Amino acid sequence: MTDLDALSYTAEHEWIASDDAVATVGITDFAADKLGDVVFVDLPAVGSVVAAAEVCGEIESTKSVGELYAPLSGEVVEINDAVVDDPSLVNSDPFGDGWLLKIRVDSSASADLLDRAAYVALTGGAA
Amino acid sequence: MSEPRYTSLRERHESLGAAFTDFGGWLMPVRYASDLAEHHAVREAAGLFDISHMAEFWVHDGRAADFLDYALAGRVSALPVGKAKYSFVLADDGGIVDDVIVYRTAEEYFLVIANAGNRAAVAGALDAALAAWARVHAFLDGPVEGDFASVLGGELPRVEDVSDQTALLAVQGPRARDIVEATAGIDITGTALADLGYYAWTGGTFAGASLFVARTGYTGEDGLELLVPNRVAVALWDALLTAGEPFGLVPAGLAARDTLRLEAGMPLYGHELSRTVVPAQAGLARAVAPDKDDFVGKDGLAADTADRPVLVGLVSGGKRAGRAGYAVYDGDTRVGEVTSGALSPTLQHPIALAFVSPESSSLGTELAIDVRGTRIPATVTALPFYRRKK
Repeated sequence: MTDLDALSYTAEHEWIASDDAVATVGITDFAADKLGDVVFVDLPAVGSVVAAAEVCGEIESTKSVGELYAPLSGEVVEINDAVVDDPSLVNSDPFGDGWLLKIRVDSSASADLLDRAAYVALTGGAA
Repeated sequence: MSEPRYTSLRERHESLGAAFTDFGGWLMPVRYASDLAEHHAVREAAGLFDISHMAEFWVHDGRAADFLDYALAGRVSALPVGKAKYSFVLADDGGIVDDVIVYRTAEEYFLVIANAGNRAAVAGALDAALAAWARVHAFLDGPVEGDFASVLGGELPRVEDVSDQTALLAVQGPRARDIVEATAGIDITGTALADLGYYAWTGGTFAGASLFVARTGYTGEDGLELLVPNRVAVALWDALLTAGEPFGLVPAGLAARDTLRLEAGMPLYGHELSRTVVPAQAGLARAVAPDKDDFVGKDGLAADTADRPVLVGLVSGGKRAGRAGYAVYDGDTRVGEVTSGALSPTLQHPIALAFVSPESSSLGTELAIDVRGTRIPATVTALPFYRRKK
């Protein structure tokens, strides 16, 4: 099991796992549940540069479209091809196999992240 | 607006882990676990839907059939007892107030099932139609002295809204009949389910209460809809789930219901149908009997609507679906708008219903949907997108 307390979060319901300079990004189980079954994910190209709080992709369920915001600024170094092929991984394992992309973080840019307690509070305790 | 309401099955939905959504003034299950799994269950086995939010009106006694010929778009008087018919409540200008299913339960006894969000509009339209119909017939039969109702006497039908007293459960899917036949406590006293035709109903009892069973639905699959008094709703829900388990029955929410009806090319009021749409625009002129002597909306429908947008089905490749409100283009010209769209769970490609100008509506026309800035090619195709195997 992923240690959810070790992750950082955004108000847009992304989670971030930081390992040295590379951050792995996904969406939370709370967001996945709200979306319903994810049927399509559109991720930025490897090598592209994303900016914190800007839209960098889309997550579509049968019922709705969610925008994916970059939680941090930096270069996309890897995307999860498995989730592109099988978007249901976002629902079945949002903190694990359903990860979306990895960003080499530009440490000069500021980031506005939440800890687990702040994120849970943001969802009204539902997360 | 008043507070959203729950059906009598709220506690059952909550204990099954349902997520709720506001629909037509009701908080209804949108999904229990997976809307895709619920969708596929209905196509392959069966799903159980709580549709108790829908509105039910009994129209009965007096000259109820004559009255409904006036109040609704179709020729209700030609409907045999035991059968059902898709019809419309129209405004004077021919716009659609609601789409309804009418069941004839006796010579002058009808059940009208309307959309939850249109309950007040339908009640108002039936009341207004009854007053107008009474005036006309009282005048013709007159002379009128005093109030019209007294002239008509026993010929005046009654309209009763029983929506608050009734629960409606839909068992939809190829195993629906097996499941209802296997459900403890259901005793069919009318036509046996095995002999029940499509768009027909039968009656019986469940746990000592009245049971109305109709072979109708909104999923494109075979299925049954069961109407009972609220007091046995929970018991019926439980009994159906228990009996259905070996057949693969799962509770299913409105998300699955929406993708199922969309694949079946069925319109949803508020998306494809509205006060500003006449039936012919939505390809539903067959539900109107324009040669009736008089009916609400007749004059409006006589106007030429040939240049109005028409409803088409659009199919695309890839995975990105057009959604309600997205613009539709023919070349560089904007020709219409998507009313409903999704990545079809059964067909695995995007499907959409859209209103487009008549010149761009022929089968095979290559159009494009503006999906958040990207033009996705879309081909006009025949409806339904999905048709069940017989």
